[in-house]
Amino acid sequence: MRIADLKQRHSEFRQRIIRWEMGGFLALLIPIVHPHPYHLDVLTTALLYALLALGLNVIVGLTGLLHLGYAAFFAIGAYTYGLLNIHLGCPFWIGWLPASIFAGISGVCLGIPALRVRGDYLAIVTLGFGEIVRIAFTNLEQWTGGPNGLLGIAHPRLWIPTAGMLDFGVSSKPYYYLALIVTVIVAGFCVRLSRSRVGRAWRAIREDEMAAACMGIPVLNLKLLAQGCGGAIAGLAGAIFAAKQGVITPDSFDFILSVMVLAMVVLGGMGSIRGAIVGALVLGSLPEWLRGFDRYRMLIFGLAMIGMMRLRPEGIFRGRR
Amino acid sequence: MTSLQLFFQQLANGLTLGAIYALIALGYTMVYGVIQLINFAHGEVFMVGAYGALSVILLCTAAHLPWPVVLLAAALGALLLCGGLGGVIERIAYRPIRRAPRLNALITAIGMSFFLQNALMLCYGATDRQFPSLIPSVRWDVGGLSFTGMQLLIWGSSAVLMAFLQVLVMSTKLGKAMRATSQDPVACALLGIPVDRIIAITFVIGSALGAIGGLLFGLYYGTINFHDGYLMGMKAFTAAVLGGIGNIPGAMIGGLVLGMLEGLGAGYLSSQWKNVFAFVALVALLLFKPTGLLAERVAERA
Repeated sequence: MRIADLKQRHSEFRQRIIRWEMGGFLALLIPIVHPHPYHLDVLTTALLYALLALGLNVIVGLTGLLHLGYAAFFAIGAYTYGLLNIHLGCPFWIGWLPASIFAGISGVCLGIPALRVRGDYLAIVTLGFGEIVRIAFTNLEQWTGGPNGLLGIAHPRLWIPTAGMLDFGVSSKPYYYLALIVTVIVAGFCVRLSRSRVGRAWRAIREDEMAAACMGIPVLNLKLLAQGCGGAIAGLAGAIFAAKQGVITPDSFDFILSVMVLAMVVLGGMGSIRGAIVGALVLGSLPEWLRGFDRYRMLIFGLAMIGMMRLRPEGIFRGRR
Repeated sequence: MTSLQLFFQQLANGLTLGAIYALIALGYTMVYGVIQLINFAHGEVFMVGAYGALSVILLCTAAHLPWPVVLLAAALGALLLCGGLGGVIERIAYRPIRRAPRLNALITAIGMSFFLQNALMLCYGATDRQFPSLIPSVRWDVGGLSFTGMQLLIWGSSAVLMAFLQVLVMSTKLGKAMRATSQDPVACALLGIPVDRIIAITFVIGSALGAIGGLLFGLYYGTINFHDGYLMGMKAFTAAVLGGIGNIPGAMIGGLVLGMLEGLGAGYLSSQWKNVFAFVALVALLLFKPTGLLAERVAERA
């Protein structure tokens, strides 16, 4: 590669970093410029969707494993943190870690049998897994509170120098910042991951599994790693969700959620990290923008999904090949 | 009632539900057979059939027609409504993106499912709707087992429809074209088979079968809700996969097997966990025999 090419690549890279920084900075300013609690709440939800989309992007976008039960990992993370908090009094700042790890492990555990099948069959097995997890949380009433949900999960508290103890409570600003910071960290992690040796191997598996195996890529291990990473990110999002809501019910983790997150990844552009974030912010806040249409909201949402797929079949951003 | 009688009674109940699953599963499997799309909107089309049949029944009972006429009119109305709907959906939603990546078609199908579900809610309200009990409640006792007229109607009509479909697919020119399209659409187009029309017809037939499923479902349960399409669609889809997706006799067998599993599971183990049995059976089957009970084809990539 010539020096000029390298220079150009470097400046492109710089520009990209600057764009990311600008985006992050503007996002930090939103609660100061526009401190509307409800809007911040919607944005926080959209950021949680962005986390989920980043995680699913690893599985579907980078590795090419179609997954239709992703909400199960979100549920496992949320319930793990909720149960730890209620029974052991585990604070959020510690509890997110086991929630994330446990969801990641369950991703690997699902992968060990499920990755024997491919393509549409894998999609169906994961769909079945998602339903089994949700029904199990509904039926295991003695532990999870059944359909009424898990009540009384404590809101996080943070000690800030000079300001003293800050209880997150039900205000929307702290959760917004928490979700924003976590999303930025996870996005950075995903960018590094997708450019690493592992990320290249994942893309190789997505493009042609047989050829990847012939080149000596340990296909099964890498697929399991993708499932584990995706699961862990969803588990982290689940812990934040549980801490924010204080109450979690099995209904929050239904098939529709798995599908929505998948739609975000596809809309953003498969395998593209900024695509996953933008797709999540658009689709995650769209139902709120459509609130003016009242009862016609979800009807229009369905039409919007169809229209987007028709107008931009490759997604908003094309993923790296 | 002896334990053997209980077993057969549960089996009979399961078979009734299984026959409805099988009718819906046919729609999934036929569409998958020709364009390899998991048509998530099919569960909603089934619900449109149920609501359409309900409207026709309410109209006809207001005119004091005898019940066989009402039943036939409802079946015909639902059939035409859903057949038309299936054709329209294929034309406006799926055909334009047939060349796009396959995930896009999946997302489109899901968007269509949201749209139809909410359209039904807006038209008919979000609460349960009562389905008039049309069929006279007769009951026969055979060897200690009791069968209702409803069960016989469900078994009879689904058997007739499946036989009709089997004849259509195996021994007519149209059926031959459908089978050919599912094997290789490009070669079909080269040989002068109107592939687009064949695909549209497949959607129409699948949706019409789902409509009859919807009518029978409404009659059997007595109430319908716009939400029901989701779970029924999911179960029917499970049935289609159990039998081997893309395979028509497989969908019928898968539906019956799933119905029996649920009937027996609910009777002997726990009715709370009955939905889990369906999915556990599915996952277990796919892991040991990934192509379903009757293998047609193996999907390679997403």
